Amino acid sequence: MNLTTRRTRLAAAALAAVVAVGGLAACGNDDDTPAEGEKPAKLVVDTFGEFGYEELVKQYEQQTGIKVELRKTAQLGDYRPKLVRYLATGRGAADVTALEEGILNEFKANPGNWVDLTPLVADHSKEYLPWKWELGKTPDGKLLGLPTDVGSLAVCYRKDLFQAAGLPTERDQVSALWPDWNSFHQTGQKYKQATGKGFVDSITAVSNGVLFQQGTDLFYDKENNIIADTSPAVKTAWETATSMADISAKASTWSQEWFGGFKQGTFAATFCPSWMLGIVQENSGEENKGKWDVAAVPAGGGNWGGSWLAVPEQSKFPKEAAKLAEFLTSATSQVEAFKAKGPLPTNLEALQNEAFLSYTNEYFSGAPTGKIFGEGVAKIEPVHLGPKHQAVKENALEPALRSFENGQASKQKAWEQFVKDAAIQGAF
Amino acid sequence: MSLSATTAPPSHVPPPPEDAPRRRGHLLNRLDLKYSPYLYIAPFFVLFGIFGLYPMLRTAWMSLHDWDMIGDRSFIGIDNYTELIADEYFWNALINTFGIFALSTVPQILLALFLANLLNRTLLRAKTFFRMAIFVPNVVSVAAVAIVFGMLFQREFGVVNWLLSFVGVDQVDWDGQRWSSWTAIATMVNWRWTGYNTLILLAGMQAIPKDLYEAASIDGAGPWRQFWQITIPMVRPTLIFVVILSTIGGMQLFTEPLLFGNGRIIGGDQREFQTLAMYMYEKGIENLNTAGYGAAVAWAIFMIIVLMSLLNFLLVRRSAK
Repeated sequence: MNLTTRRTRLAAAALAAVVAVGGLAACGNDDDTPAEGEKPAKLVVDTFGEFGYEELVKQYEQQTGIKVELRKTAQLGDYRPKLVRYLATGRGAADVTALEEGILNEFKANPGNWVDLTPLVADHSKEYLPWKWELGKTPDGKLLGLPTDVGSLAVCYRKDLFQAAGLPTERDQVSALWPDWNSFHQTGQKYKQATGKGFVDSITAVSNGVLFQQGTDLFYDKENNIIADTSPAVKTAWETATSMADISAKASTWSQEWFGGFKQGTFAATFCPSWMLGIVQENSGEENKGKWDVAAVPAGGGNWGGSWLAVPEQSKFPKEAAKLAEFLTSATSQVEAFKAKGPLPTNLEALQNEAFLSYTNEYFSGAPTGKIFGEGVAKIEPVHLGPKHQAVKENALEPALRSFENGQASKQKAWEQFVKDAAIQGAF
Repeated sequence: MSLSATTAPPSHVPPPPEDAPRRRGHLLNRLDLKYSPYLYIAPFFVLFGIFGLYPMLRTAWMSLHDWDMIGDRSFIGIDNYTELIADEYFWNALINTFGIFALSTVPQILLALFLANLLNRTLLRAKTFFRMAIFVPNVVSVAAVAIVFGMLFQREFGVVNWLLSFVGVDQVDWDGQRWSSWTAIATMVNWRWTGYNTLILLAGMQAIPKDLYEAASIDGAGPWRQFWQITIPMVRPTLIFVVILSTIGGMQLFTEPLLFGNGRIIGGDQREFQTLAMYMYEKGIENLNTAGYGAAVAWAIFMIIVLMSLLNFLLVRRSAK
């Protein structure tokens, strides 16, 4: 290759690079707003985890002729930053977007990003669990999201470990062991005496369970003033959780110790919303099949997780998107989704459905999970979650509890840590 | 760096031709000579402008606002910076960053110097194999490294605690204290970057003329003396480069401590190993309504890196005299 052609080629390559960069900056100006009444060619749905919408979406396509693209993100932790990016840059969001309980509140704090669904869908306000319906609304009454699923709460326990410690193993008898948290603690102490091992995975799991049973304001009052340091519900959860430190395996949820603990049997009981069953199964492995079972949660009720479907303001087809969300959250769709992937229905009619109530889980010793969780759903007490609920819980309450659990701080010092951090994390 | 600055061979310009098309070609050729160099370097500067300079200036602008990532924003001047100076958790993150930096950079560079010196021996067999092998840790994805090391440093079933139990050390809760978490994180960083620094130092050592060593041998200097009086002074420019790179990397440490702490952004229940980059992420990205404050943290990190690099440069240069 002689010098001149090489030079020309290099110049061409450089030019191409410049053009490519310029092109990148230039593209993306596709603000072609559709004409009024025009039917969309395609609607996009964003979900995380498993919502069980694959078959439902196909049905919708056949009924309406509108193509639906289902975008799934495996974990909520990866889903939230994407959503933030879409909203911050004003482009890229799906027409129908799933919002989880923990992140709903912070997105609610900026209601301008979302379409008010009230005029776009029929009145469903009486068809769902009332508290779930209310949480989908902004403080000024705008309908932000239609309810999808709820976590509910039960206790997953190891039958073989219970037997080794001389405790009953049959699920009704186990549920009868702990009508309240005090008796749960006593059962744990018996287990600990017999085996020398931790009974429950961590005290943060306990506090999480207790918090959502209170049915009152948690970290915020109704006017969204932060009341973490004076809230009776938080204090109850704190006292109950800290009292359990002696029966804790100190394996906090999602930690290495926790994942490993399922196989190693470092704890005999953990708290299970319905979506947790799959995670317990995956981490315990095939060799522990039939060793787990599901019992009622102490004191009854409680909830962990659950979502809504919302329509971002940037959607070009808010009307059609709202109709799609309405379809996906209907009673029949919720039963279909439960049968496909297990998210618990929130529609009152779906909760009475025969197929739902008779469902049993083979891995968990054939436990009638439809019935157990369905009963749990009815006992869930509505709670008010403020705008930064998740941040206060994860970055203030739980670290303080773990500091106490691991002996890094006295109970008093840990509480002071919580009060201080709650003020920082809760500000908005 | 005279090696890389090879000048293009002088082009043989033909004698000025008389006819018009040829003159045209001549003009193009002159334009080519005059302007095409700018075109060649343009891709870097254009890309740097878009992905380097613009985000930096934008971050500076953001840091002067009370900025909600998905909501309102208002100009507040330097309030974010005055708040930052009084922020206990910012200083905590700064201490953590410097602690982990010291625990990783110092042993890392010493070890890299030692290894590079070994690999530079003429007598070593299978040189290429060792030089390749030492670089392998750097190729492994940082997330994979952090996850594996997180398992090694697990409290109940971790290999490190298991090994320590043979010498009578009690189970260590690695993420429970400052010293232990810093050690664990520094171990990951060292494992990943020692090989990289070794190769750079090795390249520096190979540029040292061999006759210097021969002359020293004739004068009766042993290997140790040769290392201190020839190798070290001669690789000093490379050493500055390595130290500055390590400083930048150390100040931006993020993935290792984040994954070590099970992905929790506050890094330990009492923020024992939350680094500056993690604090920036907590304020700027995880907390949607403090994006402006996060931008201020980002600029603070930038200023600290600039200061540290200057300090490094001065120290290493001064010790040369």
